[in-house]
Amino acid sequence: MSILVTDTGFAPDDWTGPVCDLASHTDPAALQIAPDTGLVRIRFPSFADGRGFTLARLLRLRGYAGRLRAAGHVIADQYAMARRAGFDEVEIDAALAARQPEGQWLFRADWRAHDHRARLQAHPGARLGAPLGAGL
Amino acid sequence: MYRYTDFDADFVAERNRQFRQQVARRLDGSLTEDEFKPLRLMNGLYLQLHAYMLRVAIPYGTLNARQMRRLAEIAERWDRGYGHFTTRQNIQFNWPRLRDVPDMLDALAEVGMHAVQTSGNTIRNVTADHLAGAAADEIADPRPVAELIRQWSTDHPEFQFLPRKFKIAITGSPNDRAVTRAHDIGLRLLERDGQTGYEVIVGGGMGRTPMLGQVIRDFLPEADLLPYLEAIVSVWNLLGRRDNKYKARIKITLHEHGIDALRTRVEDRFAELRPAFGGADRAILAALRRDFAPPALAQGRSTRVFETARAADPVFRAWCDSNLAPHRAADHAIVQVSLKAHGAVPGDASAAQMRALADLAERYGHDDLRISHEQNVVLPHVHKADLPQLHAALTAQGLGTANIGRISDIIACPGMDYCALATARSIPVAQEIATRFQALGLEDEIGPLKIKISGCINACGHHHVGHIGILGLDRGGVETYQITLGGDHSETAALGQRIGPGFAADEIVPAVERLVQAYLALRTEPAETFLACYRRLGPEPFKTALYGAGNEARPDAA
Repeated sequence: MSILVTDTGFAPDDWTGPVCDLASHTDPAALQIAPDTGLVRIRFPSFADGRGFTLARLLRLRGYAGRLRAAGHVIADQYAMARRAGFDEVEIDAALAARQPEGQWLFRADWRAHDHRARLQAHPGARLGAPLGAGL
Repeated sequence: MYRYTDFDADFVAERNRQFRQQVARRLDGSLTEDEFKPLRLMNGLYLQLHAYMLRVAIPYGTLNARQMRRLAEIAERWDRGYGHFTTRQNIQFNWPRLRDVPDMLDALAEVGMHAVQTSGNTIRNVTADHLAGAAADEIADPRPVAELIRQWSTDHPEFQFLPRKFKIAITGSPNDRAVTRAHDIGLRLLERDGQTGYEVIVGGGMGRTPMLGQVIRDFLPEADLLPYLEAIVSVWNLLGRRDNKYKARIKITLHEHGIDALRTRVEDRFAELRPAFGGADRAILAALRRDFAPPALAQGRSTRVFETARAADPVFRAWCDSNLAPHRAADHAIVQVSLKAHGAVPGDASAAQMRALADLAERYGHDDLRISHEQNVVLPHVHKADLPQLHAALTAQGLGTANIGRISDIIACPGMDYCALATARSIPVAQEIATRFQALGLEDEIGPLKIKISGCINACGHHHVGHIGILGLDRGGVETYQITLGGDHSETAALGQRIGPGFAADEIVPAVERLVQAYLALRTEPAETFLACYRRLGPEPFKTALYGAGNEARPDAA
């Protein structure tokens, strides 16, 4: 059974609608998703394959605002990366959930803090998740 | 000089807390060894031949006295009393215990240092001209830009699991001391029509497939830097090969697709990414420029004591001739401190030497220290009147060697003395070459000559761009050394050509000696350098010097 990880921890997968599955080798030139697609799920065949993060980011840049899920071999240490890249949630299997229990994922639920890129990409005057450092 | 902001300090402290937890989770089985490996690597921790190795970042090679003293403390408390400065302006501690590493990282964080992204398939520590902010030939100080890139690349959410490592170097001088054409991205600061911008070079690299980078954008406006860098790495992250680690670097992507196709993809991605950058990066860069404002140099102080000492003391004069570089203020000098004492390990410094350098930087050098990619230390702002005393103090610490840019100022990787990847020793070869030419008394007569030694084809010792490059290989269990000639790391970058069969460990130093003797006999005048002489004559006379007339192939050809 799949487990869904969000900022509030583990939950069963509640999605029953159609799913648009994308492989990590999806050609970015073909990456265009209709805005009314219910759920886009990007597959991570291995945690070492970082393509899914860039695909998620491109989907968001191209206007996809629906539910976006990383699924497969994603480890708890990558949760903040996934959220920052544009994913809403991570889908893992029961074995990984047992090995890396909920607390290890919640440890990185503070993904808005200490975010270099959000700080560098901000529009002047925008409110940031992390405070600007002294001297800037 | 840039000091960590609260944001930086909080980030590094949090990162260390995460790593401490990752070590614990490896021990309790939450993380498999395969999963833990990239996490420890992106925190600078390698497993070497005999022990773990911690590689600490010295971003763009700049540090202050307090930081240098902390490196000395770490060397004494958790290592064996020394550290090794590397060709990417890092320092490596070769003997830490795994359980001590989180404490070492906390000790570094207290002085605004870390080991983040000094390894792994990430964007690595950004390197820059070690004479930045001081050199007479500089257009602009590249370090504010390097710091901006450090902030952008640190913990970048898309780029922690790239196809392979990714290295960026930047120079602000037309005289390239940052080896920009041998990096995944090389940046050269330019001014055009009163505007600051960058020449962007992509796809350079050494390793087993050496390539010089190609220009992907000849003038990138300053404001577009981060989105353009992000576009390059974004394209490569999806396009780079993940089926074969030896073909994963962007140089291979460039080779397989060609510069025009790569440029089209990058420009398209750039157009998509550009609007996502709202301008905060430009405000931060402006603030960084103020942080890196040059120190207030003494005005009107006499340099007579320097000229007097130079005229009276031949040892001091020789050191001045080889170890000083021109400062933009004529009454100051850039002091290059050699970590290449004859017979010592290139790039190693003891804790006592690190402390002495810290003290001298505070006393004579505006609290500014640099690490060069050539594994030496630089005091970039020293008044000439202070040079005699500085030289005496350096000499007392074994740091007075007068050989910068000479044949004994050798880059060498750690080789089989430390490294799990090495196929041959590098350090003893460097030591023997240095002591041999010192004994011959020929160093000054030979003049500028760069020998670079790697102990395997991964080329950490930059042998491809050495005037004389030496590559140590394993041939049937025997160390064999191949020679390349004509490499050049500078703005006239070139890859060395392999010249013939390799040499055994006891033959390599005599072979180098034959090459150098041939050069001395062939040069038109003392001002013609080894590299200029090689370019004029080509490999033949040097081949003859190495292998004899007729260049007969030898049975033990490597």
